[in-house]
Formats: sequence, structure tokens, C-alpha cells
Amino acid sequence: MALTTYVDAIRQGISEEMERDDNVFVLGEDVGIYGGAFKVTHGLLEKFGETRVIDTPISESAIIGAAIGAAMMGLRPIAEMQFADFISCAFDQITNFAAKCRYRWGAGIPIVVRAPSGGGIHGGPFHSQNPEMHFVHTPGLKVVCPSTAYDAKGLLKAAIRDADPVIYFEHKYLYRRIKEELPTGDFVVPIGKAALRRKGSDISVITYGAMVYVALDAAKELEKEGIDIEVLDLRSLLPFDREAVLETVKRTNKVILLHEDTRIGGFAGELAAVISEEAFDYLDGPIRRITAPDTPVPFSPPMEEYFLPQVSDVLRVARELHAY
Amino acid sequence: MAETKVIMPQMGESIFEGTLTKWLKKPGDKIERDEALFEISTDKVDSEIPSPASGVLQEILVKEGQTVQINTVVAIIGDGSGKASAASPAAKTETKPTPAATVAAPARTDAAPVSDEERMPTSPLVRRLAKEHNIDLAVLAGKGTGINGRITKDDILSYIENSGRSGSGTAKKSPLPTPAPMTFSGETERAPMTAMRKSIAEHMMASRRTSAHVTTFFEIDCSRIMQAREKLKAEFETSGVHLTITPFFVQAVVRALRKFPIVNASIDGDSIVYKRGINIGIAVSLDGGLIVPVVKNAAEKNLQGLAHAINDLGERARTKKLTPDDVKDGTFTITNPGVYGALTGTPIINQPQVAIMGMGGIKKRAVVIDDAIAIRPIIVLSLSFDHRLIDGALADQFMADIQKQLETWQG
Repeated sequence: MALTTYVDAIRQGISEEMERDDNVFVLGEDVGIYGGAFKVTHGLLEKFGETRVIDTPISESAIIGAAIGAAMMGLRPIAEMQFADFISCAFDQITNFAAKCRYRWGAGIPIVVRAPSGGGIHGGPFHSQNPEMHFVHTPGLKVVCPSTAYDAKGLLKAAIRDADPVIYFEHKYLYRRIKEELPTGDFVVPIGKAALRRKGSDISVITYGAMVYVALDAAKELEKEGIDIEVLDLRSLLPFDREAVLETVKRTNKVILLHEDTRIGGFAGELAAVISEEAFDYLDGPIRRITAPDTPVPFSPPMEEYFLPQVSDVLRVARELHAY
Repeated sequence: MAETKVIMPQMGESIFEGTLTKWLKKPGDKIERDEALFEISTDKVDSEIPSPASGVLQEILVKEGQTVQINTVVAIIGDGSGKASAASPAAKTETKPTPAATVAAPARTDAAPVSDEERMPTSPLVRRLAKEHNIDLAVLAGKGTGINGRITKDDILSYIENSGRSGSGTAKKSPLPTPAPMTFSGETERAPMTAMRKSIAEHMMASRRTSAHVTTFFEIDCSRIMQAREKLKAEFETSGVHLTITPFFVQAVVRALRKFPIVNASIDGDSIVYKRGINIGIAVSLDGGLIVPVVKNAAEKNLQGLAHAINDLGERARTKKLTPDDVKDGTFTITNPGVYGALTGTPIINQPQVAIMGMGGIKKRAVVIDDAIAIRPIIVLSLSFDHRLIDGALADQFMADIQKQLETWQG
């Protein structure tokens, strides 16, 4: 069977959901005729027509506002932000409106906001960011960050079928770099469940998104040195899989928190707090974070490489922690 | 300047550590030789320790609540010329433990800052494992394989594994099977177990694991011994001995043990060890625990001698004046759940003994005698015995003998 890329998996997910439910539709900048800046929606216009694949003006606020209105009228919109960086233009619509409708009126807003995020593509400060924490800090939203083609499709379907707003961060670096064989039938990946990507006994690396591969590559290197790394892929950040996090920490007793997002206020801080509150007596070393530094994403490729967590960073921190 | 080192005394052969529960003097206080200086609590006994010399308590080296091995210096008594130095740097250097020392608590005073050498680098996990397995982390001092000699998970796990295999070292088997973490959704309060509580927990579980417990019950008519007690009470009182009902049971048990020596024995490997002497332990309940002082050579004592010994031990148990010898070498134990009105009990054997008798409460009951209903003071005696050594038939013959003695008491 043919291998499916991450980007194709997202497209398949959208297409299958549009076939399953006439209420599902796509809107965003250049998603129709052009097929999307990253070709995620390529071919959907031809298949479903211009009433269900809608090109919009360059206004993220308008896109989300229209999506919320459609959702309130019973539709299931999938809104594309061309780059996750520009989701901040729709910040008020998402955080003050979509996130709070259920609390204020009991009205769920079943929208999916697709946000192509992440660096490693030399996109510079406006086309490389990981703005997930704005939304993780907003009660009423759900936030997912798939790392595999299977999860990209399964989590997208779960997001579309969810009764509340879901921010779906798809990592640009992964679009065409990873591929895998997908099952033929319909499948869903539940929101809020982590996946153990590698079982190990010495150190747990808890991560998500593109950093899952950095962790797995490092684990392969460290295996040669006799250091056995466990890799937990969170997949969802809000809600996140608290049980899986505590379970892996209790098993290995040492933990590295790895993310591509910047350091202060990053998800690692929240994880570190939960671990020390609930698994303190299981820790055999300090909780270590590996993150991007607190700067905008640099445009210069060597600078960007320095900025993004690398396999070598994981190797260094894991060796230190193992010896601790 | 004359200085006397005060050490943690050895309170019985099997004792290797004690908890210093209370200082009765402060640094700078004058003290006479043999005056009580501090209180300790060991596996077996709580005790006041007298000062080995007269002088001035110069320095306290072990804090209240710390557990240290025997012969650890806990204080220094001077002649009063040296100043009381709770935190003098000189004293601190002097008492700094060497890496080889297995002293449980680093000898240092409250006020002294903790130096890097003294601070044992561990982790929350290591400290939890040490607590669960009852390991004094000092045994791993200097043996850590982590950065800067940190004691790591692997260090303590391999120590647990090795000490478990050899059965040696100061690591004791956990008194309780590793329980699931305590969960309770309401409000709770946590308090550390006392040395006595931990010791009881350990001994009870060890006994359960060791012996094949079986309990048998006998109903005894106490009319005769009640009458005897009434008769003898005043006479004993003139000798200063208060006569309770317990000595009658002890007397009967002693006589039965002479007829059935196996009930007075112990198991040692594949051997049966018969003991010549009959030493009867009497369980005494205390605040937050219990202790079992022993009436030594009970077979050589008459009723008055037994009564005197039982009263004396009970009194000293309650006032913490027992010596380690008082709780040693019991060969059979009697416990009295009837004090609070229990019908009877199913006691746990006091190792390495093989039987324990429980006394229920004495209560007047309607009983049938020669097809007539009579009112008699009845007690239900229970005997928990170790079925590895004692079979039911023998245990019941032993109890029937006691019954016969008590119901036909002479004199």
C-alpha cells in the first residue's frame, strides 16, 4: 500500500469528513483555486464546489468570525490560518468569543482552526512561530499538535466532530518529510491522549510536534551509550494526558521536557509543575527543559538552527541527567 | 579539662540502635552522676538513661527524635570550665563523621550550618525508597555513583537487592508489605510512627509470616479462684501485695507448661528448643503501644511471689522504668483483652515463642450444671498456638489442664 505524507493525511481527513457530513466546509485564504499555501486543500474545490471550499479575504479575524457564525447556525467549519503566526489577528474572536460561548450561553462552537506552525523551514520571525500557549492558557479551547500522519488525520477528524473549538497545530516541517501507511477505514485519535513512541527505562523525554523526531533520533544515539530513553508524544496539550505523564516519570524517575516553543511560559513549565506536585517522590534528578530561547525565530539559517532544539541538545542534557 | 563522653547505651543484645526521644537537661545545666539525663526508645523498651558522671552538660550532639547506633556519642559532660557550646565551630569539626562512620545521624547541633560533606546528596526518589525499606542512608555515605557522589536510584536499588539477599546490614525488612499509596479524598493529618509503634508493626507482621497461627477457646468457671482471691486478698494486702485475678491464671499456665514442655519451646531451623526455665510475659498496654515485661522463673514463685512480680512489672512498664532485662527471654505470653470487656481475643504469637493465651472478661453467666441452671463467673480463654510445632489435640489438652486447675482450685 502507498505511504501517506502528513500533508496528504490532513487532506484525506478533511475530504472524508466533508463526504461524511454535509455541514463540514473549509474556508481560508487561497484554500480554493490555489489549493492552499501548502496545498493542504488541493483538489477539494473541484470535488466539493465553491460553497464548501471558500476563498476569503486576507483577514484572519473575518475568517474566524465567519466560522463562528456558521458554527452557531449548525455548520462545522474548518478555518485555515495560512500561517499560525497570523492567528493573533483572530485572537479576540477565538479567545473571547469561541472559547467562552459555552460558558456564557451553553452554546458550543464546533469550529476547527488549522494553524500551520513551527520552524526549520527558514521562514523567519513571522512564518515560523509556535503560538500554542496563548490558547493552552485559554479555558474553553482544545489544542492539539499531531506529530505523525496517522495522528494528523485521526486528530483532525476528532477535532471536526468535537462540539467545541479546537485549535489544530499542524507542523510545516513535517508536511512532506514524514510518511506512513495508514489504515483504510475511518479512524479517530481521541483528543487528550498521549502516545508512547519509544519505551525506555532511564530517562523520559516528554515532547510533541516535530520535536518527537528530535527525541527519537537522540534516543537512537543514546542507546549506543547504554542510555535507554522513553519518548512520550503528548499529541494534545489542552487537555493533556496527565496520567501518561505521571506514569512515565514514575517509571524512569528522570525527565526531560522538550519543545520547539520558547522557554518562559512554554508547556514544559506547566509539565514541570505538575510533575513536582504529583510525582516529587519519584524524581531521581532535576526536571530538565530543552526549548527554544526566548527570542523571535531568527531568519538566518545558522541562527535558526541554533535557535531550534537539536538532537545534540538532547544528547548533552540526557548524558548530564543520566550521570546525575 | 575533664570531659566525659555520653554514649547511646546497648539496651539488650539484639539492640543496635536507639531513638533519643527527650533530653532532660539543657547544655549548661549541672548534672549529678546517675541523675536522669535523657530518654531513649528502642525496639524493645523505653528508658531513662542516667548520667555517667557529675559535671556540666557541655554539649548535646544528638537531637531529640534522632535514631543513632549504640555507642554513638550523644553528649559531652565537662567539669564546668569549658563553656556550653551548642554551636562552637571547634566542637563541630570534632564531631564531624568520617565517611566510614555508620552513625545514623551525623553528630551535629541545631545551629551549625550544614556543610557539603555532611549533606548527603540524594533525591526525592532515593529518600522515599530509603524510607519504604527502612534504610538509613548513612550506610551509603561515600558510595554514591552519581555526580559529586550523589546517591542515585541504582545505588539504593542495588543496596536493597544485596542486603535482601545476604540478610545482613542495617537494612531491615520492611515491616509491612509495600502497600499501595494511601489514597483518601478527605482531609488528613500525618504523624510519624513512634519507635515503639514501628517495632510492634514489624514484630506482628513477622510473627504472622513465621507461625501457623491457630486459636482454640475454652470456657472456664472462675467461682473457685474468685473465692480464693477473696480469701487471700486481705492477707496479701498486709504484705503490701495487691492480689488481682491474673496470678491465678499465671500459676495455672506455669503448671500446665511443666506438663506440656513443648508449649514452652521454640523452633530453631529444624530443631525444637526446649527451655528449662518458664518465663511468663504479661502484655501491658501503654499510651500508643504495648510492652511485654517478663516474670522470670515463674515456676519458682508461689502465688504471692507471682502477684508481686506482676504488679511490679506492670507499674514499671507504665512509668517507663523497665530495664532491657525485664522484657527479655519470655517463653510464653499472656495477654488480657478482657480488660475492656472483650469476650476473648485471638492474639498473635510473641516470637520466638509458640503459644500465647488471651484472657477474656470475667462475666456472670447462666450455665447448666447437673441439669440445673446456675449463675457462674465465666471467662473465655483463648490460646493461639503455632501449628508447626503444636497440634490441636495437644493444645486442647494443655488448655483442659488449665481449666481443670482453675475450676478445682485448692487453697
